This record gives sequence, C-alpha cells and structure tokens, in this order.
Amino acid sequence: MTILLFGITKDIVGSPTLSFPTSSLSGKRMPSTVKELKAYLGKTYPELNKLNALAVAVNNSYADDDHVLNSYDEIALIPPVSGG
Amino acid sequence: MDSRYTRQIQLTDFGPDAQEKLSQSRVLVVGLGGLGLPVLQYLNAMGVGTLGLMDQDRIELHNLQRQVLYSEKDVGKPKLDVAHEKLIGQNSNTAFKLHDSFLVRENAIEIIRDYDVVVDATDNFPTRYLINDACVILNKPFVYGALHGFEGHVSVFNHGAGPTYRCLYPTMPSSEEIPNCNENGVLGVLPGIIGTLQALETVKLISGVGEVLSGQLLVFDGLQQRFAKIGFSTNPKNKEIKNLQDKYHDVDCRVIDSINPEDFQSLREQETIQLIDVRTPQEYQKHHLEEALNVPLDTLEALPKIINPEKEVYFICQSGKRSEMAIRRIQDSYAHIKLVSVVGGMDQIKATCP
Repeated sequence: MTILLFGITKDIVGSPTLSFPTSSLSGKRMPSTVKELKAYLGKTYPELNKLNALAVAVNNSYADDDHVLNSYDEIALIPPVSGG
Repeated sequence: MDSRYTRQIQLTDFGPDAQEKLSQSRVLVVGLGGLGLPVLQYLNAMGVGTLGLMDQDRIELHNLQRQVLYSEKDVGKPKLDVAHEKLIGQNSNTAFKLHDSFLVRENAIEIIRDYDVVVDATDNFPTRYLINDACVILNKPFVYGALHGFEGHVSVFNHGAGPTYRCLYPTMPSSEEIPNCNENGVLGVLPGIIGTLQALETVKLISGVGEVLSGQLLVFDGLQQRFAKIGFSTNPKNKEIKNLQDKYHDVDCRVIDSINPEDFQSLREQETIQLIDVRTPQEYQKHHLEEALNVPLDTLEALPKIINPEKEVYFICQSGKRSEMAIRRIQDSYAHIKLVSVVGGMDQIKATCP
C-alpha cells in the first residue's frame, strides 16, 4: 500500500510518500478502511489529527471514511491549500 | 474577425465560432496576484471580451518573484491600476471593469451576477468559500487554482450539475489547521503554471472546446513533475445553497496586544520582563533570549504554574505567528492579565540586534 502525501501532510511526515509492507510477515495488521488508516497515521504523526478538512483519494478517486482498503491500493492525502 | 487571432482560429477544433464565444464572454478574476496575472494576460491576449479585475492590495517588493507582470517601479502602487494599464497596452479591444475592493459577503452577489465565469485567484480560504457559495447561488461556474510550496491545485467547480468546492472540502479549515501562502512560501514559477492551467480551463468553459476539468481535482507536484487527477462527485446538498453564510472571515477578530521589536529591546534593557518562548524545545535550545522560559505551544496548560499574574506576560516565537496563536488560545482564561505578542519574533530580534 502506497500513500502519496501532498500539501501540509508532506511537511508533517517529512517525505512525499509512505508505504506499508503488504506482507503479513511484518506482523502488523493493515488498516482496512480509510478511517483506520487515518487513525494509524495519526498515532505516528499526531499533527495529522488536527486536519479536519483532509481529502483522501484511493486509486485516484475521492474516498470517504468507510471506504475499504486493499493491500495494492494507492492512497493520496490531499489537504486543502490556500496560497495564490 | 481580427487577424490577430488567426493562429487559434485556424485550429480546426477551435475556429471562428469559439473565437466569437470568447469575444462575447465576461470573466471576473478575483485577485491580482501570482495566479490572477497569468490568467488575465492569456485571457486578454486571446480575446475575451470583458475582463473584471478585482483587488485592493498594493504591490510589494516580495510580490515580484512570482507576480511577473509587475516591475520594480510599480512597488507601492495599487495592483488594480498597474495591471489595468499593462493589460490595456496588451489588448485595447478588451472592455475592462475595475473593482476597487476585496470580494466580501456584502458585494459578492452583486458583482458576480454580471459575469459568465469567475476565476478564483485568491490567496485565502474565506474568500474561496465565499466565491463557491455565491457561484452556487447564482449558478455560475468557477475556475479554482491554489498553491502550497511546490504544489498546486486546479479544478472547475459548479459547472452545470458538477461538484462544488464544498464537495471536496465541506468546511473551511481553521487558520491553525492550514497555513496560508504568506507564512508558507511558494516557488516563484508555480503560480505561473497553475494560473496558466486556470486560463486554459476558462477558455474551454467559454468556448465549449475540449473536456472541462469538472468533477476532477488536478494536483500538481512541481518537485516530482507529477500530475494526479482525483475524481470526486457532487453532493446534492452542496448545490442547494440559497443564502451566503453570516460570516466567512475569521470569527476571532479581537485585536491582540503586541510590541514591535525595537520597543521590546529597549524595554528589556530597562526592566526584567516576564517572557514566554512558545517555540519547540529544539528551537529554544538552539538560540533563545536570556530571560525567556520555554513553554511550547502545545503545552500552554503548564502556564499557570510558571507565570506571575501580577505582571504582564510577553510571548515570543520565531516569526510572531505562534506567539499570537498562543495568546488567542489562552486569552479567555487569562482575562485579568495583560498578554503581549512580540511582533516578528526571534527573526526580527536577530535583524535589529545582530
């Protein structure tokens, strides 16, 4: 599972991408929904929890919290940006 | 038809009909900054009949790295006047309408009513949400562009039955959640890229040529040269807006006590002041003022144990933003104490007293 980071999420994480090991050998359970993914990332990067207006895309489509994730999904975190 | 447009009229997929549509159209560009200028320069060059210009800012030196229509001699002048003069020189056939104001709740409907398309070239969330709501009420499409560092967004909202800005971001983020352009910075060329894409979408909207970027958010990452297109759909609730909200701009408009760096320095020489440095422990360790106590922004609840309520409390951070934020957060609970933010923060202290 690959996570692309845009805007302030990239600044918070400090990298343009994150990836989850797809194999169960790692012993970690993969987040199964967008909501779980947000909670998981929020634990590692608490600053992300502040972002109420964060859009999440799964395979290039906007996804809500209940959206079910698969191990091969490409996810993008797209917060609103304001600059002009 | 004017021969000046030959090169686009000769395109089979554009032709004289599309050119005629451009010449009949009326486009409002809100914001004469990094995004608005390339939009205007291209729409004006290509023969859009009526262009509305709207901004009340004056040109500042730090605008020039990205607002490439302006010159050094223009610094200090109103953007509206300078942009108007240069655009007349570029195309004297265009009818220009000048709006010497910012777009606010009180004028939005009245102004937008007269246009076919609105281009959102603003630099702040409140105005973006205001443009969205006014366009939904008036049933007008708007071409959105926004920037963050090396990245940009483009989309066309409220195009026919298409989704709106609120379908993507239902509610406005707080100023604590997302920084604005001024604090965050933007690479000079970025607004040129995003603004030009907005101009393209505007021309497609008007002429009917090609496929309008509706229901899709184009996200550009300049560092990776990566374009992503994110599909999203209409939430019918967001198309039902009938009235503007009572407020768009930050609710918390209370003035915060502040002190400029020069006065702050001379005050420090005269007496021992109570100073709280709200930066992170790492920043604090690197360099801090002698008398400053470190209480990072996210641990302000520790303050009561530290401060003497009989004396005023000064707050400092790196640039002056977090010290202000700290005061906003706590001022209700400390109504009896004078809280003062040091304008410009450590950056200015270094500059004035190297």
